[in-house]
Amino acid sequence: MQKVSLEVNGKKVTKEVPDHTTLSGLLRDILNLTGTHIGCDTSQCGACVVHVDGKSIKSCTALAVDLDGSKVTTIEGLASNGKLHPMQEAFKKMHGLQCGFCTPGMIMSAVDLLKNKKNPNDQEIRDWLEGNICRCTGYHNIVAAVKEAASKM
Amino acid sequence: MKTFNYHSAKDVKEASKLASSNSAFLAGGMTTLPSMKLGLASYKDIIDIKRIKKLSGIKVSGKTVTIGATTKHAEVANSKEVKKAIPSLAALAEGIGDPQVRNRGTIGGSIANNDPAADYPSACIALNATIHTNNRKIDAEKFFRGMFETSLKSSEIIEAIEFDIPQKSSYQKLPNPASRYAIVGVYVAKHKTGINVGVTGAKSCVYNDKDLSGALSNNFSSSAIDNVKVSTSGMNSDIHASAEYRANMVKVFAKKAVDAC
Ligand SMILES: Cc1cc2nc3c(=O)[nH]c(=O)nc-3n(C[C@H](O)[C@H](O)[C@H](O)COP(=O)(O)OP(=O)(O)OC[C@H]3O[C@@H](n4cnc5c(N)ncnc54)[C@H](O)[C@@H]3O)c2cc1C
Ligand code: FES
Ligand code: FES
Repeated sequence: MQKVSLEVNGKKVTKEVPDHTTLSGLLRDILNLTGTHIGCDTSQCGACVVHVDGKSIKSCTALAVDLDGSKVTTIEGLASNGKLHPMQEAFKKMHGLQCGFCTPGMIMSAVDLLKNKKNPNDQEIRDWLEGNICRCTGYHNIVAAVKEAASKM
Repeated sequence: MKTFNYHSAKDVKEASKLASSNSAFLAGGMTTLPSMKLGLASYKDIIDIKRIKKLSGIKVSGKTVTIGATTKHAEVANSKEVKKAIPSLAALAEGIGDPQVRNRGTIGGSIANNDPAADYPSACIALNATIHTNNRKIDAEKFFRGMFETSLKSSEIIEAIEFDIPQKSSYQKLPNPASRYAIVGVYVAKHKTGINVGVTGAKSCVYNDKDLSGALSNNFSSSAIDNVKVSTSGMNSDIHASAEYRANMVKVFAKKAVDAC
Protein backbone atom coordinates (compact mmCIF):
# COMPACT_ATOMS: atom_id res chain seq x y z
CA MET A 1 0.00 0.00 0.00
CA GLN A 2 1.09 3.57 -0.65
CA LYS A 3 0.08 6.81 0.97
CA VAL A 4 -0.96 9.40 -1.62
CA SER A 5 -1.71 13.07 -0.94
CA LEU A 6 -3.27 15.13 -3.69
CA GLU A 7 -5.20 18.33 -4.03
CA VAL A 8 -8.30 17.40 -6.03
CA ASN A 9 -10.49 20.26 -7.26
CA GLY A 10 -9.07 22.49 -4.52
CA LYS A 11 -9.55 19.98 -1.67
CA LYS A 12 -6.67 18.19 0.02
CA VAL A 13 -7.07 14.42 0.15
CA THR A 14 -4.83 11.71 1.57
CA LYS A 15 -5.55 8.02 0.93
CA GLU A 16 -3.82 4.68 1.34
CA VAL A 17 -4.05 2.86 -2.00
CA PRO A 18 -2.63 -0.35 -3.51
CA ASP A 19 0.58 0.36 -5.50
CA HIS A 20 -1.06 -0.32 -8.86
CA THR A 21 -3.96 2.14 -8.37
CA THR A 22 -4.27 4.48 -11.32
CA LEU A 23 -5.29 8.10 -10.96
CA SER A 24 -8.59 7.31 -12.72
CA GLY A 25 -9.21 4.47 -10.25
CA LEU A 26 -8.53 6.73 -7.29
CA LEU A 27 -10.81 9.46 -8.66
CA ARG A 28 -13.72 7.21 -9.58
CA ASP A 29 -13.67 4.34 -7.10
CA ILE A 30 -12.28 6.00 -3.99
CA LEU A 31 -13.24 9.67 -4.31
CA ASN A 32 -16.51 8.95 -6.19
CA LEU A 33 -15.67 11.52 -8.87
CA THR A 34 -17.25 9.53 -11.67
CA GLY A 35 -17.29 12.40 -14.18
CA THR A 36 -13.88 11.15 -15.33
CA HIS A 37 -14.80 8.33 -17.69
CA ILE A 38 -12.95 5.15 -18.61
CA GLY A 39 -13.28 4.13 -22.25
CA CYS A 40 -10.31 2.10 -23.42
CA ASP A 41 -8.33 2.10 -20.15
CA THR A 42 -5.12 1.93 -22.21
CA SER A 43 -4.40 5.58 -23.15
CA GLN A 44 -6.01 5.57 -26.59
CA CYS A 45 -9.41 7.30 -26.24
CA GLY A 46 -9.01 10.32 -23.95
CA ALA A 47 -12.29 9.85 -22.01
CA CYS A 48 -10.24 9.98 -18.79
CA VAL A 49 -8.36 13.25 -19.41
CA VAL A 50 -7.85 15.42 -16.32
CA HIS A 51 -5.40 18.18 -15.47
CA VAL A 52 -2.40 17.48 -13.27
CA ASP A 53 -0.47 20.57 -12.20
CA GLY A 54 -2.18 22.47 -15.00
CA LYS A 55 -1.45 20.03 -17.85
CA SER A 56 -3.84 17.55 -19.45
CA ILE A 57 -3.00 13.87 -19.05
CA LYS A 58 -4.77 10.55 -19.45
CA SER A 59 -5.60 9.52 -15.90
CA CYS A 60 -5.97 5.82 -16.77
CA THR A 61 -2.26 5.74 -17.59
CA ALA A 62 -0.77 7.38 -14.51
CA LEU A 63 -0.23 5.75 -11.13
CA ALA A 64 -1.81 7.63 -8.24
CA VAL A 65 1.32 7.22 -6.13
CA ASP A 66 3.48 8.64 -8.92
CA LEU A 67 1.48 11.90 -8.72
CA ASP A 68 1.85 12.30 -4.96
CA GLY A 69 1.86 16.00 -4.09
CA SER A 70 0.17 17.13 -7.34
CA LYS A 71 -2.86 19.31 -7.96
CA VAL A 72 -5.59 17.56 -9.94
CA THR A 73 -8.57 19.16 -11.66
CA THR A 74 -11.37 16.97 -12.97
CA ILE A 75 -14.53 17.84 -14.90
CA GLU A 76 -16.29 18.26 -11.52
CA GLY A 77 -13.85 21.04 -10.67
CA LEU A 78 -14.50 23.27 -13.69
CA ALA A 79 -17.76 24.92 -12.70
CA SER A 80 -17.50 27.61 -10.05
CA ASN A 81 -20.27 28.82 -7.73
CA GLY A 82 -22.85 26.79 -9.64
CA LYS A 83 -21.87 28.43 -12.93
CA LEU A 84 -20.67 26.25 -15.78
CA HIS A 85 -17.19 26.86 -17.19
CA PRO A 86 -17.36 28.67 -20.58
CA MET A 87 -16.19 25.46 -22.28
CA GLN A 88 -19.04 23.48 -20.71
CA GLU A 89 -21.46 26.24 -21.67
CA ALA A 90 -20.17 26.17 -25.26
CA PHE A 91 -20.51 22.37 -25.57
CA LYS A 92 -24.12 22.74 -24.39
CA LYS A 93 -24.90 25.64 -26.72
CA MET A 94 -23.26 24.15 -29.85
CA HIS A 95 -24.50 20.57 -29.28
CA GLY A 96 -20.93 19.38 -28.84
CA LEU A 97 -22.15 16.11 -27.38
CA GLN A 98 -24.44 13.25 -28.26
CA CYS A 99 -24.22 10.37 -25.76
CA GLY A 100 -21.81 12.42 -23.65
CA PHE A 101 -19.35 9.64 -22.91
CA CYS A 102 -16.32 11.35 -24.41
CA THR A 103 -17.39 14.81 -23.23
CA PRO A 104 -15.54 15.16 -19.90
CA GLY A 105 -12.25 14.23 -21.59
CA MET A 106 -12.97 16.44 -24.61
CA ILE A 107 -13.71 19.41 -22.35
CA MET A 108 -10.64 18.92 -20.14
CA SER A 109 -8.44 18.57 -23.20
CA ALA A 110 -9.99 21.60 -24.91
CA VAL A 111 -9.56 23.76 -21.80
CA ASP A 112 -5.85 22.88 -21.85
CA LEU A 113 -5.69 23.84 -25.54
CA LEU A 114 -7.04 27.32 -24.86
CA LYS A 115 -4.43 27.77 -22.14
CA ASN A 116 -1.77 27.20 -24.78
CA LYS A 117 -3.45 28.91 -27.69
CA LYS A 118 -6.11 31.60 -27.28
CA ASN A 119 -7.70 31.48 -30.73
CA PRO A 120 -7.02 28.14 -32.39
CA ASN A 121 -8.25 27.50 -35.94
CA ASP A 122 -10.17 24.36 -36.94
CA GLN A 123 -7.05 22.41 -37.84
CA GLU A 124 -5.31 23.32 -34.58
CA ILE A 125 -8.37 22.21 -32.62
CA ARG A 126 -8.53 18.91 -34.51
CA ASP A 127 -4.80 18.33 -34.03
CA TRP A 128 -5.02 19.03 -30.32
CA LEU A 129 -8.01 16.70 -29.87
CA GLU A 130 -6.14 13.89 -31.65
CA GLY A 131 -6.13 11.81 -28.45
CA ASN A 132 -9.86 12.25 -27.75
CA ILE A 133 -12.09 9.85 -29.60
CA CYS A 134 -15.84 10.41 -29.95
CA ARG A 135 -17.66 7.14 -30.61
CA CYS A 136 -20.70 9.17 -31.73
CA THR A 137 -18.39 10.92 -34.23
CA GLY A 138 -19.71 14.37 -33.33
CA TYR A 139 -16.45 16.09 -34.16
CA HIS A 140 -17.94 18.89 -36.23
CA ASN A 141 -19.92 20.35 -33.34
CA ILE A 142 -17.11 19.66 -30.89
CA VAL A 143 -14.81 21.88 -32.97
CA ALA A 144 -17.56 24.50 -33.18
CA ALA A 145 -17.96 24.37 -29.39
CA VAL A 146 -14.24 24.90 -28.79
CA LYS A 147 -14.29 27.90 -31.15
CA GLU A 148 -17.34 29.30 -29.38
CA ALA A 149 -15.61 28.91 -26.00
CA ALA A 150 -12.46 30.58 -27.35
CA SER A 151 -14.53 33.60 -28.40
CA LYS A 152 -15.99 33.87 -24.87
CA MET A 153 -12.85 33.26 -22.81
CA MET B 1 -3.62 -4.76 -13.85
CA LYS B 2 -1.73 -7.20 -11.61
CA THR B 3 -0.23 -5.61 -8.56
CA PHE B 4 3.48 -4.86 -8.10
CA ASN B 5 5.76 -3.07 -5.68
CA TYR B 6 6.23 0.58 -6.56
CA HIS B 7 9.56 2.22 -5.77
CA SER B 8 10.54 5.82 -6.37
CA ALA B 9 14.30 5.89 -6.82
CA LYS B 10 16.16 8.94 -5.51
CA ASP B 11 19.18 8.45 -7.75
CA VAL B 12 20.42 6.35 -10.65
CA LYS B 13 22.44 4.09 -8.36
CA GLU B 14 19.38 3.18 -6.32
CA ALA B 15 17.26 2.63 -9.43
CA SER B 16 19.87 0.34 -10.95
CA LYS B 17 20.26 -1.62 -7.71
CA LEU B 18 16.51 -2.21 -7.46
CA ALA B 19 16.32 -3.50 -11.05
CA SER B 20 16.04 -7.21 -11.85
CA SER B 21 14.84 -9.39 -14.71
CA ASN B 22 11.37 -8.97 -13.19
CA SER B 23 11.21 -5.17 -13.04
CA ALA B 24 10.59 -2.19 -15.29
CA PHE B 25 11.60 1.41 -14.95
CA LEU B 26 8.70 3.82 -14.93
CA ALA B 27 9.24 6.93 -17.01
CA GLY B 28 6.09 8.21 -18.80
CA GLY B 29 4.40 4.85 -18.28
CA MET B 30 2.70 5.26 -21.66
CA THR B 31 3.88 1.83 -22.77
CA THR B 32 4.49 0.03 -19.49
CA LEU B 33 1.08 0.65 -17.89
CA PRO B 34 -1.09 -0.29 -20.91
CA SER B 35 1.07 -3.40 -21.53
CA MET B 36 0.49 -4.52 -17.96
CA LYS B 37 -3.24 -3.85 -18.23
CA LEU B 38 -3.45 -5.86 -21.45
CA GLY B 39 -1.58 -8.73 -19.81
CA LEU B 40 1.31 -8.41 -22.26
CA ALA B 41 3.74 -7.78 -19.42
CA SER B 42 3.85 -8.20 -15.66
CA TYR B 43 6.51 -7.07 -13.21
CA LYS B 44 7.28 -7.61 -9.54
CA ASP B 45 8.84 -4.19 -9.19
CA ILE B 46 8.12 -0.88 -10.87
CA ILE B 47 10.95 1.57 -10.36
CA ASP B 48 9.93 5.18 -10.90
CA ILE B 49 12.86 7.22 -12.22
CA LYS B 50 11.03 10.52 -12.72
CA ARG B 51 12.13 12.03 -9.43
CA ILE B 52 15.81 11.69 -10.35
CA LYS B 53 16.56 15.30 -11.27
CA LYS B 54 19.69 14.70 -13.30
CA LEU B 55 17.80 12.56 -15.84
CA SER B 56 15.74 15.46 -17.11
CA GLY B 57 16.62 18.55 -19.13
CA ILE B 58 18.06 19.84 -22.40
CA LYS B 59 21.61 21.07 -23.01
CA VAL B 60 22.91 22.56 -26.24
CA SER B 61 26.64 22.91 -26.83
CA GLY B 62 28.31 24.09 -30.04
CA LYS B 63 28.06 20.75 -31.81
CA THR B 64 25.51 18.67 -29.95
CA VAL B 65 22.11 18.68 -28.27
CA THR B 66 21.86 16.47 -25.18
CA ILE B 67 18.44 15.49 -23.89
CA GLY B 68 17.94 13.83 -20.50
CA ALA B 69 16.16 10.47 -20.58
CA THR B 70 13.05 11.52 -18.65
CA THR B 71 12.55 14.70 -20.68
CA LYS B 72 8.99 14.64 -21.99
CA HIS B 73 8.06 14.86 -25.67
CA ALA B 74 6.21 18.15 -25.00
CA GLU B 75 9.36 19.64 -23.47
CA VAL B 76 11.43 18.78 -26.53
CA ALA B 77 8.68 20.02 -28.87
CA ASN B 78 8.44 23.37 -27.08
CA SER B 79 12.14 23.90 -26.34
CA LYS B 80 13.42 27.12 -27.91
CA GLU B 81 16.95 25.70 -27.83
CA VAL B 82 16.03 22.52 -29.68
CA LYS B 83 13.93 24.47 -32.19
CA LYS B 84 16.96 26.63 -32.93
CA ALA B 85 19.66 23.93 -33.00
CA ILE B 86 17.75 21.04 -34.63
CA PRO B 87 14.27 22.20 -35.68
CA SER B 88 13.46 18.81 -37.21
CA LEU B 89 13.91 17.15 -33.81
CA ALA B 90 11.46 19.52 -32.10
CA ALA B 91 9.03 18.92 -34.98
CA LEU B 92 9.39 15.15 -34.59
CA ALA B 93 8.51 15.43 -30.87
CA GLU B 94 5.50 17.61 -31.73
CA GLY B 95 4.23 14.88 -34.07
CA ILE B 96 4.25 12.07 -31.48
CA GLY B 97 0.82 10.71 -30.50
CA ASP B 98 -1.36 13.40 -28.96
CA PRO B 99 -0.91 16.21 -26.41
CA GLN B 100 -1.56 13.95 -23.41
CA VAL B 101 0.93 11.34 -24.63
CA ARG B 102 3.45 14.15 -25.18
CA ASN B 103 2.82 15.47 -21.65
CA ARG B 104 3.87 12.12 -20.14
CA GLY B 105 5.92 10.10 -22.64
CA THR B 106 9.71 10.44 -22.46
CA ILE B 107 12.57 10.16 -24.95
CA GLY B 108 14.38 7.56 -22.81
CA GLY B 109 11.25 5.40 -22.57
CA SER B 110 10.71 5.68 -26.30
CA ILE B 111 14.15 4.49 -27.31
CA ALA B 112 14.41 1.86 -24.54
CA ASN B 113 11.15 0.42 -25.79
CA ASN B 114 12.34 0.52 -29.44
CA ASP B 115 8.90 0.13 -30.95
CA PRO B 116 9.43 -0.54 -34.68
CA ALA B 117 7.04 2.36 -35.44
CA ALA B 118 8.40 4.87 -32.91
CA ASP B 119 9.72 8.21 -34.14
CA TYR B 120 12.78 8.94 -31.96
CA PRO B 121 14.85 5.92 -33.06
CA SER B 122 15.04 7.40 -36.58
CA ALA B 123 16.38 10.65 -35.09
CA CYS B 124 19.02 8.72 -33.17
CA ILE B 125 20.20 7.07 -36.39
CA ALA B 126 20.06 10.20 -38.53
CA LEU B 127 21.69 12.47 -35.96
CA ASN B 128 24.56 10.08 -35.01
CA ALA B 129 23.24 9.88 -31.45
CA THR B 130 25.26 8.63 -28.54
CA ILE B 131 23.18 6.95 -25.84
CA HIS B 132 24.67 7.70 -22.41
CA THR B 133 23.81 5.07 -19.80
CA ASN B 134 24.87 4.73 -16.18
CA ASN B 135 27.90 2.70 -17.23
CA ARG B 136 28.77 3.35 -20.90
CA LYS B 137 28.18 5.28 -24.09
CA ILE B 138 26.51 3.43 -26.96
CA ASP B 139 26.37 4.50 -30.61
CA ALA B 140 22.82 4.55 -31.93
CA GLU B 141 23.77 2.11 -34.73
CA LYS B 142 24.69 -0.47 -32.05
CA PHE B 143 21.89 0.40 -29.64
CA PHE B 144 18.83 -0.63 -31.70
CA ARG B 145 19.09 -4.40 -32.06
CA GLY B 146 15.72 -5.62 -33.33
CA MET B 147 12.00 -5.47 -32.73
CA PHE B 148 11.53 -4.05 -29.19
CA GLU B 149 15.16 -5.03 -28.56
CA THR B 150 18.10 -2.85 -27.58
CA SER B 151 21.59 -3.48 -26.26
CA LEU B 152 20.55 -2.31 -22.75
CA LYS B 153 21.10 -4.70 -19.83
CA SER B 154 18.23 -5.08 -17.33
CA SER B 155 19.83 -2.89 -14.65
CA GLU B 156 21.15 -0.36 -17.16
CA ILE B 157 19.58 3.11 -17.23
CA ILE B 158 19.65 5.58 -20.08
CA GLU B 159 20.73 8.90 -18.64
CA ALA B 160 20.77 11.06 -21.76
CA ILE B 161 20.82 11.04 -25.54
CA GLU B 162 23.36 13.22 -27.31
CA PHE B 163 22.56 14.26 -30.90
CA ASP B 164 24.96 15.80 -33.42
CA ILE B 165 23.68 19.10 -34.80
CA PRO B 166 23.43 18.57 -38.58
CA GLN B 167 23.87 21.14 -41.35
CA LYS B 168 20.39 20.37 -42.64
CA SER B 169 17.73 17.86 -41.65
CA SER B 170 14.08 16.94 -41.86
CA TYR B 171 11.81 14.17 -40.54
CA GLN B 172 8.73 13.26 -42.55
CA LYS B 173 6.26 10.56 -41.62
CA LEU B 174 3.16 8.87 -42.82
CA PRO B 175 1.31 8.57 -39.52
CA ASN B 176 -1.15 5.91 -38.55
CA PRO B 177 -4.32 8.03 -38.48
CA ALA B 178 -5.36 6.72 -35.06
CA SER B 179 -2.18 6.50 -32.98
CA ARG B 180 0.18 8.73 -35.01
CA TYR B 181 2.86 6.04 -34.81
CA ALA B 182 4.83 5.92 -38.06
CA ILE B 183 3.56 3.64 -40.81
CA VAL B 184 6.75 4.92 -42.42
CA GLY B 185 8.97 7.72 -41.12
CA VAL B 186 12.14 8.99 -42.80
CA TYR B 187 14.70 11.23 -41.12
CA VAL B 188 17.25 12.74 -43.50
CA ALA B 189 20.25 14.56 -42.02
CA LYS B 190 23.21 16.10 -43.80
CA HIS B 191 26.32 16.36 -41.63
CA LYS B 192 29.77 17.64 -42.57
CA THR B 193 30.92 14.02 -42.31
CA GLY B 194 28.14 12.48 -44.41
CA ILE B 195 24.45 11.85 -44.89
CA ASN B 196 22.17 9.57 -42.87
CA VAL B 197 18.69 8.39 -43.76
CA GLY B 198 17.04 6.91 -40.65
CA VAL B 199 13.95 4.89 -41.55
CA THR B 200 11.35 3.80 -39.00
CA GLY B 201 8.03 1.99 -39.26
CA ALA B 202 9.05 0.15 -42.41
CA LYS B 203 10.90 -2.88 -40.99
CA SER B 204 11.05 -4.70 -37.65
CA CYS B 205 13.68 -2.22 -36.49
CA VAL B 206 14.88 1.25 -37.43
CA TYR B 207 17.75 1.29 -39.97
CA ASN B 208 20.07 3.61 -41.86
CA ASP B 209 19.22 3.32 -45.57
CA LYS B 210 22.63 3.27 -47.23
CA ASP B 211 21.25 3.20 -50.79
CA LEU B 212 19.35 6.41 -50.21
CA SER B 213 22.20 8.12 -48.34
CA GLY B 214 24.62 6.98 -51.07
CA ALA B 215 22.50 8.54 -53.80
CA LEU B 216 22.13 11.73 -51.78
CA SER B 217 25.84 12.09 -51.10
CA ASN B 218 26.49 12.45 -54.85
CA ASN B 219 23.64 14.88 -55.33
CA PHE B 220 21.64 16.21 -52.38
CA SER B 221 18.30 16.65 -54.13
CA SER B 222 15.07 14.69 -54.20
CA SER B 223 15.58 13.82 -57.87
CA ALA B 224 18.68 11.85 -56.86
CA ILE B 225 16.33 9.39 -55.15
CA ASP B 226 14.19 8.78 -58.26
CA ASN B 227 16.42 6.02 -59.56
CA VAL B 228 16.98 4.27 -56.23
CA LYS B 229 15.10 1.00 -55.93
CA VAL B 230 13.83 0.43 -52.37
CA SER B 231 13.49 -3.32 -51.93
CA THR B 232 10.44 -4.88 -50.25
CA SER B 233 12.63 -7.44 -48.54
CA GLY B 234 12.17 -7.24 -44.75
CA MET B 235 9.39 -4.66 -45.02
CA ASN B 236 6.47 -5.01 -42.61
CA SER B 237 3.16 -6.02 -44.08
CA ASP B 238 0.05 -5.58 -41.95
CA ILE B 239 -3.49 -4.16 -41.92
CA HIS B 240 -2.09 -0.65 -42.26
CA ALA B 241 0.12 -1.16 -45.31
CA SER B 242 1.60 -3.89 -47.47
CA ALA B 243 5.35 -4.37 -47.91
CA GLU B 244 5.16 -2.94 -51.46
CA TYR B 245 3.31 0.14 -50.25
CA ARG B 246 5.77 0.69 -47.42
CA ALA B 247 8.76 0.35 -49.75
CA ASN B 248 7.28 2.98 -52.02
CA MET B 249 6.46 5.26 -49.07
CA VAL B 250 10.08 5.09 -47.88
CA LYS B 251 11.02 6.66 -51.19
CA VAL B 252 8.18 9.17 -51.23
CA PHE B 253 8.88 10.33 -47.66
CA ALA B 254 12.64 10.42 -48.23
CA LYS B 255 12.01 12.79 -51.13
CA LYS B 256 9.71 14.92 -49.02
CA ALA B 257 12.35 15.07 -46.30
CA VAL B 258 15.08 16.15 -48.75
CA ASP B 259 12.82 18.82 -50.21
CA ALA B 260 12.03 20.10 -46.69
CA CYS B 261 15.73 20.27 -45.68
C1 LIG C 1 -1.90 6.59 -27.73
C2 LIG C 1 -0.41 6.57 -27.91
C3 LIG C 1 0.14 7.09 -29.08
C4 LIG C 1 1.52 7.09 -29.28
N1 LIG C 1 2.01 7.60 -30.45
C5 LIG C 1 3.34 7.59 -30.67
C6 LIG C 1 3.88 8.11 -31.87
O1 LIG C 1 3.17 8.65 -32.73
N2 LIG C 1 5.22 8.04 -32.06
C7 LIG C 1 6.05 7.51 -31.11
O2 LIG C 1 7.25 7.48 -31.32
N3 LIG C 1 5.58 7.03 -29.95
C8 LIG C 1 4.24 7.05 -29.70
N4 LIG C 1 3.79 6.58 -28.51
C9 LIG C 1 4.76 6.10 -27.49
C10 LIG C 1 5.02 7.13 -26.40
O3 LIG C 1 5.33 8.35 -26.98
C11 LIG C 1 6.19 6.81 -25.43
O4 LIG C 1 7.40 7.27 -25.94
C12 LIG C 1 6.38 5.40 -25.17
O5 LIG C 1 5.14 4.89 -24.76
C13 LIG C 1 7.43 5.07 -24.09
O6 LIG C 1 7.85 6.13 -23.28
P1 LIG C 1 7.50 6.24 -21.74
O7 LIG C 1 8.30 7.36 -21.19
O8 LIG C 1 6.05 6.31 -21.54
O9 LIG C 1 8.11 4.87 -21.18
P2 LIG C 1 7.58 3.82 -20.11
O10 LIG C 1 6.29 3.23 -20.52
O11 LIG C 1 7.65 4.41 -18.74
O12 LIG C 1 8.75 2.75 -20.25
C14 LIG C 1 8.86 1.93 -21.42
C15 LIG C 1 10.04 0.97 -21.29
O13 LIG C 1 11.26 1.68 -21.30
C16 LIG C 1 12.06 1.40 -20.18
N5 LIG C 1 12.69 2.66 -19.78
C17 LIG C 1 12.07 3.87 -19.59
N6 LIG C 1 12.97 4.81 -19.30
C18 LIG C 1 14.18 4.21 -19.30
C19 LIG C 1 15.52 4.67 -19.05
N7 LIG C 1 15.78 5.95 -18.78
N8 LIG C 1 16.53 3.76 -19.13
C20 LIG C 1 16.26 2.47 -19.42
N9 LIG C 1 15.05 1.98 -19.66
C21 LIG C 1 14.02 2.84 -19.60
C22 LIG C 1 11.12 0.82 -19.14
O14 LIG C 1 11.81 -0.11 -18.31
C23 LIG C 1 10.06 0.15 -19.99
O15 LIG C 1 10.44 -1.14 -20.32
C24 LIG C 1 2.40 6.56 -28.28
C25 LIG C 1 1.85 6.04 -27.09
C26 LIG C 1 0.49 6.05 -26.90
C27 LIG C 1 -0.05 5.50 -25.62
S1 FES D 1 -9.69 5.58 -20.70
FE1 FES D 1 -7.85 6.66 -20.54
S2 FES D 1 -7.41 7.05 -22.60
FE2 FES D 1 -9.13 5.77 -22.77
S1 FES E 1 -20.71 12.09 -27.64
FE1 FES E 1 -20.84 9.96 -27.60
S2 FES E 1 -18.77 9.40 -27.59
FE2 FES E 1 -18.66 11.48 -27.99
